Amino acid sequence: MSSEDLQDTDTEARFEFKKEQKSALKADKGLTEETIRLISDDKDEPEWMLERRLRALKQFQEMPMPTDWPGQPDLSEVDVDEIVPYIRPDVDVRAGVDDWTELPDDIKDTFDKLGIPEAEKNALSGVGAQYESEVVYQNMRDRWEEKGVIFCNMDEAVQEHEEIVREHFMTKCVPPSDNKFAALHGAIWSGGSFVYVPEDTTVDMPVQAYFRMNSEGMGQFEHTLIIAEENSEVHYIEGCSAPKYSAFNLHSGGVEVFVGEDAHVQYSTVQNWSKNTYNLNTKRAIVEENGRMEWISGSMGSKATMLYPSTILKGRGASDNHITIAFAGEGQDIDTGAKVYHNAPNTKSTIESKSISKDGGRTNYRGLVHIADGAEGSSTAVECDALMFDNESTSDTMPYMEINESNVDVAHEATVGKIGDEDIFYLQSRGLDDDDAKQMIVSGFIEPITEELPIEYAVELNRLVELEMEGSLG
Amino acid sequence: MATLEINNLHAEVAEEGGEQILRGVDLEVASGEIHALMGPNGSGKSTTAKVIAGHPAYEVTDGEIVLELDEEDVDDIDVELSESDYRWNLLDMEPNERAALGIFLGFQYPAEIEGVTMTNFLRQAINAKHDERQELFADEADLDEAADEDEDAGYETSPMEGPADDGEIGVAEFQELLTAKMELLDMDEKFMQRYLNAGFSGGEKKQNEVLQAALLEPAIAVLDEIDSGLDIDRLQDVSEGINALRDEQGTGILQITHYQRILDYVEPDHVHVMLDGKIAKSGGAELATELEDEGYDWVREEAYEAA
Ligand SMILES: Nc1ncnc2c1ncn2[C@@H]1O[C@H](COP(=O)(O)OP(=O)(O)OP(=O)(O)O)[C@@H](O)[C@H]1O
Ligand SMILES: [Mg+2]
Repeated sequence: MSSEDLQDTDTEARFEFKKEQKSALKADKGLTEETIRLISDDKDEPEWMLERRLRALKQFQEMPMPTDWPGQPDLSEVDVDEIVPYIRPDVDVRAGVDDWTELPDDIKDTFDKLGIPEAEKNALSGVGAQYESEVVYQNMRDRWEEKGVIFCNMDEAVQEHEEIVREHFMTKCVPPSDNKFAALHGAIWSGGSFVYVPEDTTVDMPVQAYFRMNSEGMGQFEHTLIIAEENSEVHYIEGCSAPKYSAFNLHSGGVEVFVGEDAHVQYSTVQNWSKNTYNLNTKRAIVEENGRMEWISGSMGSKATMLYPSTILKGRGASDNHITIAFAGEGQDIDTGAKVYHNAPNTKSTIESKSISKDGGRTNYRGLVHIADGAEGSSTAVECDALMFDNESTSDTMPYMEINESNVDVAHEATVGKIGDEDIFYLQSRGLDDDDAKQMIVSGFIEPITEELPIEYAVELNRLVELEMEGSLG
Repeated sequence: MATLEINNLHAEVAEEGGEQILRGVDLEVASGEIHALMGPNGSGKSTTAKVIAGHPAYEVTDGEIVLELDEEDVDDIDVELSESDYRWNLLDMEPNERAALGIFLGFQYPAEIEGVTMTNFLRQAINAKHDERQELFADEADLDEAADEDEDAGYETSPMEGPADDGEIGVAEFQELLTAKMELLDMDEKFMQRYLNAGFSGGEKKQNEVLQAALLEPAIAVLDEIDSGLDIDRLQDVSEGINALRDEQGTGILQITHYQRILDYVEPDHVHVMLDGKIAKSGGAELATELEDEGYDWVREEAYEAA
């Protein structure tokens, strides 16, 4: 496709198109110590990072595949030996260019079509774009750079901000021992974003990263590390997609967020994976005194997703807000949720989850709220709502609570319902056809979530849902 | 002028061994006429209304519902029309197609749709009705042409924003129309940002049904107990709205009610009494007053004797 053709396509085509694979370095399939050394060497990494990778690899090999969670998605098809863990696209500037026109046409086209450069012009403080395993574009407005804000790709951060990365990278927040896929991630991570916001700095427009998996049978393992110092504020947005291929793809990202005292971080993601992608992520935030963490996620696509962003409320008065939306169509198993650990007094969390299942798809809300002994005066409110389109689809909720402190306020609400025939008829009697009526009900159902997103994302999310409902995304 | 003809309509609940509810309803409502449909609880009034609108919970086992149109009713259609475009067998059609032809149902119990603002809903409904109308009247060749045009259109805006909205009613035009209709019904502007019927009081919901009728400009409006739950002031506002529908748009009204009260404001040309799924008696406005005084027993006896 030429770039003019690309501009003329609709949302569906924008996500579905695929590029011929051209790359500078492509690792062999499978995961061995040799592969890890190759990746680390190709990135010219310091010794400590190679050591961390190798340690993670060992942990990955020792840990069994998770199979014993009640009602978990079937992962038997996930064979890491079939995955190409690392593909370096053929671009000259390794840290990512800062001008879209310097990218090879095929890569630029991809992001044009996804609408990223356009969004950058209009509403963002900074943009990073990852293609396959590497970040190919990175740019931030000068005024933030002047204030000491850092937004760069993770590989560059390892080189340029070594001390701070060494201190925070998969140490206190998400250690590789956390779970098998965190260990896998620790061994073969590549790309991702590094965001650092100094004290007393408010970055008032969002920074955005976009991850694109383009090759067949590949894995994408980007790592995102966000550090917000005392009394700072930042909104980080991540978008992901992959076109459809016959072989399965694996996405296993890692996200670590450090929210300092009185700081505020919002992490929003709208993901749209092809329906043969296994999306298995580990995301976690640690929040200091009076800090605030917000997770907003829209999970579309994928064959199976297991994603439970978690927050550790470490300092007194810290708070957390989770908003998640999941959509499962035919053959999809979307297992998402949230985890919050109240480890200090007067901490507060709210979790709002909305899920939609259709044509035999399954959604599951799996959540945990843990309130530690001594976390007095804490409160949590969990609300999960599920909407099913038909009797073939499934929606489960597994909201676990571990409350070890008596002086707390716990609220929990769950609703599971089928889309109402009377509601559909009401809208139809006003002229909307059956599909539009359902679409309207669904967009109303997720409205509390789209309302929180920047407008472009709300529009995009609504359109993705629309496409899902037409069953036309591959 | 449009005419809704209901002949010998039989309907039952659409499930295994579903109960028969309508047992031969005959009714004819034409543009500009006001009909009152009365009758005891459970006699089949709401079912009649829902079957007219195409509710999937009921299966029609006999009879027909036909909508006859004339030139005036289709003056918004650009394409050449044939004979068959003036006579529509509603039983073959989807609820939204019936709506597009000009059937409106004001619900006894309107649905609440969370998360969808009134503004958003009303604009989409107006546009959907417009599109569906054009589609219904266009023949195959016209449709192909329209599809070609769509393909050529491409993006006028950035891909992030999607294709330019080809809404038939512009935002400004819509706002103007809306403001006028809301004034007529004495409705507060603040309702426009609320979610459709969600948390509306009983009376507010009814008012909202009439607002929708006013915006969608139906040929025939069936209003099911639109007067129940209305206070005296609202009853007047709503009645004014209904009268305006008839006077300004020539809408034919089939008004289901239990009480004379609303009929003092919206004077019926015809009054029908439904008993056990049939029209047992029809008459003029005086029939409603008689019923108010004496109840339904005498109608039942009359019907019994006749049988
Ligand atoms: N979906 C249904 N399933 C089973 N029975 C039904 C259904 N719909 C209607 N009925 C029954 O059909 C009969 C007629 O109901 P309908 O709602 O039409 O009465 P109505 O005349 O509108 O009464 P009211 O004055 O109380 O509103 C009632 O006995 C009702 O219980
Ligand atoms: Mg009724």
